[in-house]
Amino acid sequence: MLPLLALVPLSLSEPLSRFGLDTVFNGRIANYLEVLQTYGPILVRSFGFAAIATALGLVLAYPLAFAIRFRGGRWQPLLIGLVVLPSLTSYLVRAIAWTSLLGDNGPVLALVEALGLTGVLDGLGVLRDGRLLNTAAAVILGLTNNLLPFLVLPLVVAMERIDPRLLEAANDLHAGPLRSFVQVVWPLSLPGLGAGILLSLIPAAGDVVNPLFLGGPNERMIANTIDNLLLVQLQAPRAAALTLVLMALITLAVLLQLRGRGIEELPLP
Amino acid sequence: MLTEPARENGSIEALPSDVIALRNVSRRYGDAAAIEDLSLSIAAGEFFSLLGPSGCGKTTTLRLIAGFDRPQAGRILLQGRDLTEAPPHRRPVNLVFQNYALFPHLSVWDNVAFGPRSQRLTEPEIRRRVGEVLEVVRLPELARRRPHQLSGGQQQRVALARALVNAPAALLLDEPLAALDPDLRRTMRSELKRIQREVGITFLLVTHDREEALSLSDRLAVLHGGRLEQVGTPRQLYDHPRSAVVATFLGAANLLPEGAAGGLRLLRPERLRLSASPPTEGERGLRARVRELAFQGATVEVRLCCADDLPLIAIDTSAALPENLRIGTELWCRWDPADSHLLEASLP
Repeated sequence: MLPLLALVPLSLSEPLSRFGLDTVFNGRIANYLEVLQTYGPILVRSFGFAAIATALGLVLAYPLAFAIRFRGGRWQPLLIGLVVLPSLTSYLVRAIAWTSLLGDNGPVLALVEALGLTGVLDGLGVLRDGRLLNTAAAVILGLTNNLLPFLVLPLVVAMERIDPRLLEAANDLHAGPLRSFVQVVWPLSLPGLGAGILLSLIPAAGDVVNPLFLGGPNERMIANTIDNLLLVQLQAPRAAALTLVLMALITLAVLLQLRGRGIEELPLP
Repeated sequence: MLTEPARENGSIEALPSDVIALRNVSRRYGDAAAIEDLSLSIAAGEFFSLLGPSGCGKTTTLRLIAGFDRPQAGRILLQGRDLTEAPPHRRPVNLVFQNYALFPHLSVWDNVAFGPRSQRLTEPEIRRRVGEVLEVVRLPELARRRPHQLSGGQQQRVALARALVNAPAALLLDEPLAALDPDLRRTMRSELKRIQREVGITFLLVTHDREEALSLSDRLAVLHGGRLEQVGTPRQLYDHPRSAVVATFLGAANLLPEGAAGGLRLLRPERLRLSASPPTEGERGLRARVRELAFQGATVEVRLCCADDLPLIAIDTSAALPENLRIGTELWCRWDPADSHLLEASLP
């Protein structure tokens, strides 16, 4: 928390010169207005990318978690290991690995071509001029890959707490597999879903590496901008202001999530 | 309610009116047989218990009837229809789970309404049924609570209501009272009996508690090692067990050797009279020495030892016992031969 608090006065300062990081505090609230005006679209894009990546991740993670929990049997620890394993490598390395997978001579494009989907995907805006690198799709793919374990693990934990006898009970009470899922598994997995979304959305929105390696200039995200403001433009106060805006938005998301959970836990009147 | 089943009590022959009929059902897990060639018939309106020690196959039997498991051999008939392969949600029976398995995210009302909603009953019909069944289990004022806000006994009532609301052909109960403390268990035991009388539905209770089985059941079956030992009314099984297993499982038993072929004669401890005077004409008697005395309130349990090291247990009210009874006292154990019973089968 302390480094974060130190950013507050910095965000209200002005650089002493254009060539150094030294600043003077003068209560310059205009920093906030300027960064919001200039970088608002990038902020929106960052959360947009993060949201799409999280949504895509969920489509993969929910069935995966369900299978690990309810069909994994004795393979469960191994399956969880396989989900976590990629996170043990540096995500810089992973991003670089993706560049070769998604590159112009890489296997992904070869597959797309073999399936004759180049035109379709180009039309959908997934590819740009038959290329995958430097597209939003590539950045989102990279983000999805990074956040998958953060979705799967909380979901598995939440589902682990669902007593399998509850499913038997639902089944015994004349609910088929679909109704058992909708009425029992889904509501009881919601805490894991909420936690997973938060755990993925936050790092995804603040990601530096994926847009840098997999995206072009038009796919820069907010963390790249902060990076750039601080280290290239030497605008420490604005970088601080933008960081605090980002933090405020994330805190808001956390509070919303906690409030949602709070209501659910409340006993009915 | 049916008090006398329309057949000889020990019979396992199925009748068309039977709610549950198992025919030569076997279930093995790997090499171990959980149940072997089990045949059983339960009539409409009966309170039937499956009694046996843990691992005897009684829970497996219940899960086969509920549809959570399939037998490798044999057929399961419910209301005369062969439903051996039907999934649980297509069977006209409902199960009360041992740990209740209430839905933690649903209110009492919604827990109970779960079955009727699955069956797509109309909303007024659901309201009527849930309201009614909550009255039967005496919980209407707790309808909006969540399960974790209820006591163990209340959760038990919700579990009962949730199953009964579906008006099943038979209610299956898996050790329903095992999780309750002893006082509550007694209360819920009479509640079970009352509810069964009120709704008139067939109850199939699985338990390892002999008092529970003896006091609740119209008929009961003793399972041992996956096989049916004996079926009958509580009194039949208690007084006239076929084997030593049934005799000892249903209560304290003195088993006296009889004849050279390993025959055994059952003598219940409460049938023994202890006295200083020898047996009169028509009575039998053994000389024995008191080894242990256990005062149990209403009764005293006396453990004795006969001349040839044969142990005996006698249970009597304190008033009926000879005075000055203490460890080491030598006296007569007397009984009326009519109160004893020769077992068909020998030692297990």
